[in-house]
Amino acid sequence: MIAVLIFLAIVFSIGGWWLSRQRLMSKPWLEPGFAGVAPGTEAINLPANKVGLGVFLAVVGALFALFISAYFMRTELPDWRNIPMPRIIWLNTGLLVLASAALHCAVVAVRAKQLRALKLDLLACIATTLMFLFGQGMAWETLTAEGYFATSSPAYSFFLMLTGVHGIHIIGGLFVLTRTTRHAWTQTNNAALRASTELCATYWHFMLLVWCVVVVVLAGWANDFVDICRQLLPLG
Amino acid sequence: MVNMVDASPQVAENISAAEVPEVELYHPKSYWTKYIFSQDAKVIAIQYSGTAIAIGLVALVLSWLIRLQLGFPGTFDFITPEAYYQFITMHGMIMVVYLLTALFLGGFGNYLIPLMVGARDMVFPYANMLSFWIYLLAVLVLVVSFFAPGGPTGAGWTLYPPQAIMSGTPGGQQMGIILMLVSLILFIIGFTMGGLNYVVTVLQGRTRGMTLMRMPLTVWGIFTATVMALLAFPALIVAAVMMLFDRLLSTSFFMPALVEFGEQLEYGGGSPILFQHLFWFFGHPEVYIVALPAFGIVSDLISTHARKNIFGYRMMVWAIVGIGAMSFIVWAHHMYVSGMDPYFGFFFATTTLIIAVPTAIKVYNWVLTLWRGDIHLNVPMLFAIGFIVTFVNGGLTGLFLGNVVVDVPLSDTMFVVAHFHMVMGVAPIMVIMGAIYHWYPKVTGRMTIDWMGRFHFWVTFVGSYLIFFPMHYVGLVGVPRRYPELGDATFVTDSLHTLNAFISVAALIVGFAQLVFLFNLFWSLRHGKEAGGNPWRATTLEWQTSETPPIHGNFGKELPIVYRWSYDYSVPGAPEDFIAQNDPGPTKEEAAR
Amino acid sequence: MTIALVLILVVVGSIVFHLFSPWWWTPIASNWNYIDQTLIITFWITGVVFAAVILFMAYCIFRFRHKEGRKAAYEPENSRLEWWLTVVTGIGVAAMLAPGLYVWGQFITVPDEATEIEVLGQQWQWNFRLPGADGQLGTSDNRLIDSENPIGINPGNPLGQDDVVIEADDLHLPVGKPVKMLLRSADVLHDFYVPEFRAKMDMVPGMVTYFWFTPTRTGTFEILCAELCGTGHAFMRGFVIVDTQEDYDAWLQEQSTFAQLSTPTKLSAVDDTRP
Repeated sequence: MIAVLIFLAIVFSIGGWWLSRQRLMSKPWLEPGFAGVAPGTEAINLPANKVGLGVFLAVVGALFALFISAYFMRTELPDWRNIPMPRIIWLNTGLLVLASAALHCAVVAVRAKQLRALKLDLLACIATTLMFLFGQGMAWETLTAEGYFATSSPAYSFFLMLTGVHGIHIIGGLFVLTRTTRHAWTQTNNAALRASTELCATYWHFMLLVWCVVVVVLAGWANDFVDICRQLLPLG
Repeated sequence: MVNMVDASPQVAENISAAEVPEVELYHPKSYWTKYIFSQDAKVIAIQYSGTAIAIGLVALVLSWLIRLQLGFPGTFDFITPEAYYQFITMHGMIMVVYLLTALFLGGFGNYLIPLMVGARDMVFPYANMLSFWIYLLAVLVLVVSFFAPGGPTGAGWTLYPPQAIMSGTPGGQQMGIILMLVSLILFIIGFTMGGLNYVVTVLQGRTRGMTLMRMPLTVWGIFTATVMALLAFPALIVAAVMMLFDRLLSTSFFMPALVEFGEQLEYGGGSPILFQHLFWFFGHPEVYIVALPAFGIVSDLISTHARKNIFGYRMMVWAIVGIGAMSFIVWAHHMYVSGMDPYFGFFFATTTLIIAVPTAIKVYNWVLTLWRGDIHLNVPMLFAIGFIVTFVNGGLTGLFLGNVVVDVPLSDTMFVVAHFHMVMGVAPIMVIMGAIYHWYPKVTGRMTIDWMGRFHFWVTFVGSYLIFFPMHYVGLVGVPRRYPELGDATFVTDSLHTLNAFISVAALIVGFAQLVFLFNLFWSLRHGKEAGGNPWRATTLEWQTSETPPIHGNFGKELPIVYRWSYDYSVPGAPEDFIAQNDPGPTKEEAAR
Repeated sequence: MTIALVLILVVVGSIVFHLFSPWWWTPIASNWNYIDQTLIITFWITGVVFAAVILFMAYCIFRFRHKEGRKAAYEPENSRLEWWLTVVTGIGVAAMLAPGLYVWGQFITVPDEATEIEVLGQQWQWNFRLPGADGQLGTSDNRLIDSENPIGINPGNPLGQDDVVIEADDLHLPVGKPVKMLLRSADVLHDFYVPEFRAKMDMVPGMVTYFWFTPTRTGTFEILCAELCGTGHAFMRGFVIVDTQEDYDAWLQEQSTFAQLSTPTKLSAVDDTRP
């Protein structure tokens, strides 16, 4: 459970930092009226959908951290054999980086109110993301053709499951991104467009980060790191 | 020694009107959008509660069947071992997930959070509506499994592999286990949509002046529990997805090489313990996901009906947050005899017993709130007292089971069953019932019938104690849990059979008393006394709405502004024994006089 | 009012039930008295806390129940009292935890002289394996299990040839000798549980788990399965018979080794090699 405990430590640090600024040591019964309302202790001054996305990403992070925890616990068992990463994975990673970069440009464009550039960037992101998903399918094909089956190789089962769950999250994001792109043509309200573009960009960057972690884990590069952690904190 | 401070209302300062932006509300226009596909958190709350109670009734009937078999083994031919295992599995799963979690978070969370923090609605009403419909779908999938070939799964609510997906277990090689896992995954997806709402509404949707330290403990409890649930439920998804892979694609995540009735299966290399780690990484926080809202709500019930501020509010808040965080590093105390590395036992026993300290402080503070109070023994207060008794009892037996070596003889016996029913069955349900009697007047505008409420309390409280207290001793004798009958084991005496029969009779009586409760809820809709806006003379915002029941949008034209914490009861110098949170206190002229 | 009385009744009734009811643990038959003593300590500490909290609450309800004109005291908190209670609770918890961890340390430290005995659970019966003349168990694997080889002993391993195999029959143990129970499962989770021995442990397919104990009195004790293992769970019973050394030796003489079972024709020849 190392991976998820590390993840939770990060989440709890952020939460703890925020709570530490909420004056939890104050005695509220002594402070009626507005004297008791210190700056920064009222409702978070951010749009709800940004806060919501932040919380949602924490949930998605927990989900992947748990899958990765399960992966590391499974690798400890004697029948474990790593599988070679199909080479197309690196191409796919590049595509996802491009998609993320395109959305970054889209945010820059929407902030500068350059509608043409925005439309182009959004379309580029959709295209590269679709190619990424197609490439993931090719990776499955390759491994199956090389004779790996979910039943015989637990490493392949994990590969299938982790890329699958990541892919589902990307597909979910694509639905929202498609809606944003449609709005780029139909809507004149720049503020709304900007908000949804920024949300999509955050989501894509996060899914890129998740993908990088997943690749590092599946390629076996994180094994040494996890061994060290296990010695420090031997909790499964 | 006692902090006697002058907390009489200070002169109201000049504050600009609520600067909370008007939430864009979609006011429903037709019957369908108003009552069925509603985006109003209050309607969703009632839908959630109604569904949870309906499926809970199924679990209640199952518990009768379980007790009939245990108390009078061999009398009821239709309760075969297969059926018995299906009953206990469905009873446990429904009660823990589909009733308690859904009712506390989906029901009470939806109704109370926006009202108590002074928001017009949840921040994402559409996702909130979807949350309920996905929950309903999850419940329906669960119900369908009763009618699927082979019936529902009989793997025990913990669904431990390998047996959960093998043919020696009901539903293991049929549809039962698949439908169960799919239903759980749906539940979690639906819950996540709702959970985001509850968390973000508290973070972002509070009205002016509502700082965290002015929030009622109810909101603190539900908020912390939701955060925990959002982080813990993914573990169940991971476990469920991996088990579905094992079951449907014959992968070997959890499945080692094994022989089933003389036949070698094609699995190999997996670890059943891996599942247990994932399951309890969800399962232990789940206990607190149910307990923390109960802690919060009962604090408010006790404070309101004892006309006294909750004792040690700050400590209560810290304890909720501390318990919430710590509950993520105690999971393996469910696995002391699972075969995991025995050295883990030292770590997990220590963390488990440390978590008892903040929990004990909460108990002390509830009792100390009664000290020098003005205790009105209304029905909600009776249930709150019933909660303290059953929770203290169940919490203390937790110290037996958490203390690794003491757990060895007791684990997997009826002692465990008695412990968790007392602490996370009876105790939270006491709070749920107290809370329903408490907020019913706000939800419907009418009081419940008092004598029925009292009758319901006495039968439930005394009956539950008579069921579960002796049950500990059945386990101490050595009777394992999940046995449809004891048979003629050498240590089973005749008197133990008598005790089992007694427990069963008590269980049937307590079960029927719940029908009085339901009747009361329906009867009072028409025949209850008019309640008025604030029948309990409580301070929190939900009692200060201009209309009762509150309309869509909760408050009138302007949102309330909060001037004080939630527990200004019996403040010295105040004209009444409570001051509402949105009461600015006397004006300058009044104060001058 | 009534509720205050009922609370007192709950406390008194619970204590009376605890002290005078006929339902108590089975007479112990192993060396794990320490576990019982830790349990007793826990009963005492928790019992005192339970009685104190509930009786105090009953008093509060009686003393401060609503009457005309009563007003509650205003007391937001009392840090000293709260810290004091925290410390006392901490001491109480430590008083339970310390002996618990100490005994757990003993529970997981197997003495060197313990004899290894293997238990194999399967739906829904118990099989056993005792080391033969060489005092060691041979290797085994679930993949080798078939009707000829119910325990899955590795036929290529010489240590396994003289292992004594007991299929779905009673296990005999000599009194006073520590044993290390090595637990395996052929199919699903089981749990080897004899109430009189206090100890128990899950049996997990693909793993070997263990616990140890010393039988302290002769007699017949029932083995129960304590981990849900399918529809036959409640009927998965067996017996451990703790014998005196002479009875045990006599019983052991009558058992067959793995080699005898797999090659029944050579039975007499192998029999001569037995002690």
